[in-house]
Amino acid sequence: MSASAGAAPPLRSAAPVVRLSGVGYEINGRTIFDGLDVTIERGKITAIMGPSGTGKTTLLRLITGQIRPSRGRVDVNGQDVGALDTDGLYRLRRGMGMLFQNGALLTDLDVYENVAFPVREHTTLPEPLVSRLVLMKLQAVGLRGAARLRPAELSGGMARRVALARAIVMDPQILIYDEPFAGLDPIALGVVLRLIRETNDALGLTSIVVSHDVREISLLADRAYLLSGGTVAAAGTPVELNADASPAVRQFMDGLADGPVPFHYPAPDYAAQLLDAEVPV
Amino acid sequence: MSLVSEVVGTGRAVLTKSGSFTLFTLRLLKVTPAALKRWRLVIDQVYNTGALSLVIIMLSGLFVGMVLGLQGYDLLQRFGSTESLGVAAGLALLKELGPVVTALLFAGRAGTALTSEIGLMGATDQLSAMEMMAVDPVRRVCAPRFLGGVIAMPLLAGIFSMIGIFGAQLVGVTLMGVDAGQFWSQLRGAVEFRDVNQGILKSCVFGFACSAIAVYEGYHAAPTAEGVGRATTRTVVSSSVAVLVLDYMLTAVLL
Repeated sequence: MSASAGAAPPLRSAAPVVRLSGVGYEINGRTIFDGLDVTIERGKITAIMGPSGTGKTTLLRLITGQIRPSRGRVDVNGQDVGALDTDGLYRLRRGMGMLFQNGALLTDLDVYENVAFPVREHTTLPEPLVSRLVLMKLQAVGLRGAARLRPAELSGGMARRVALARAIVMDPQILIYDEPFAGLDPIALGVVLRLIRETNDALGLTSIVVSHDVREISLLADRAYLLSGGTVAAAGTPVELNADASPAVRQFMDGLADGPVPFHYPAPDYAAQLLDAEVPV
Repeated sequence: MSLVSEVVGTGRAVLTKSGSFTLFTLRLLKVTPAALKRWRLVIDQVYNTGALSLVIIMLSGLFVGMVLGLQGYDLLQRFGSTESLGVAAGLALLKELGPVVTALLFAGRAGTALTSEIGLMGATDQLSAMEMMAVDPVRRVCAPRFLGGVIAMPLLAGIFSMIGIFGAQLVGVTLMGVDAGQFWSQLRGAVEFRDVNQGILKSCVFGFACSAIAVYEGYHAAPTAEGVGRATTRTVVSSSVAVLVLDYMLTAVLL
């Protein structure tokens, strides 16, 4: 399907928002994904879980078109992302919001201007309207009073809330969160959890949350995918994943040091390396 | 055999980088008209690259002019023509030293600032965030900075040359006793509009080269502390070499 021909399905359509079919991805001769199939349903919060290095962020980059699959197909709103040109990708991304792990706030702008940034770039709305829009979004994340603070003055949790306000200011259909819980204190964690759920339900969004925090995902997600070894190791509701007895799922869900994912990185024989100076480090 | 393969590898890397730089510059030029419409962003960058470089440019111009005054006086005195000091200093500054030294200082002060700023924006996902907001970072971040540098360079070179001539006059006339009337009248008589234009043209070309190199290196910097550091170093080295090579080529064509 061509870039311009791919009209987005209506908001309440039952068709999946994102569908990855038989996706393979290699970089520098290393296989990240091999035959990956993932379906993200409309209006739900879907979690992508997996140990570090399994390609969770790579999966997000495939969905957003920042990288293209080596094989297979990635469809977002019925459009083949791999076939889109730059303009087509930018059109697609106008319907998406993304929350980066560190917030990725623009450091030369204050909180207010960060949230106003996409509005100013994509619309010619008069300033009073921009101001109301920004203040409403900041109020939603509880940071209207921090409008004139610089990003350097914000805590990690506050920066993520500002980034969330910025991500929803253009009313996207899909909201993507990359490790939203990493490094947050319990209070900030509770706030972010509540905001993700409320934002999803209040705005009728489809949310994709990449995380390896089992407890938080169990509380939040409607459906979860567990990635391992370049493919989907398990999929289902958090309750179903918790009940899954397969070794890869148990190792991840129970936080076991050893299992299908080895504790040790591949290395020469331990004793030989200690006793024989000739064995290279 | 390994030497041959190393030479081939280096040649290929140089060609790849040249191609990548050319493509990036073309992309930059393509989005420049759109960036010009956001004139406030461009003015901010003229301030960042130009106004914030003023102190180092003025100080350097003063001392370069003063050295020219001393050396010029010493040389001209051997031929009994110290009254030509104004011409010598004026032509040297307007045609060569003004544009070249300004460009070298620009690469060290503003060029490195541009590279590290854009490089750090990449390392902290700010450029990716812009792409995810459907905003082209080359248009929003690189183009205004490039334009700011292109506009600021001739202005800085002009200021450098003016302060330099003042420095030469300070040493030649005030310290060494060259006649002030001779200094200024010979300068006005010998320096033609063509000479001034040559300097302006050179500084415009240097501004283009230095700014394009700085934003290219920043945009393509590896997203790590080491990557940004290396990119900043490459900016200074590449810009300095480019300025000196371009200076020779322009001088050969314009003479």
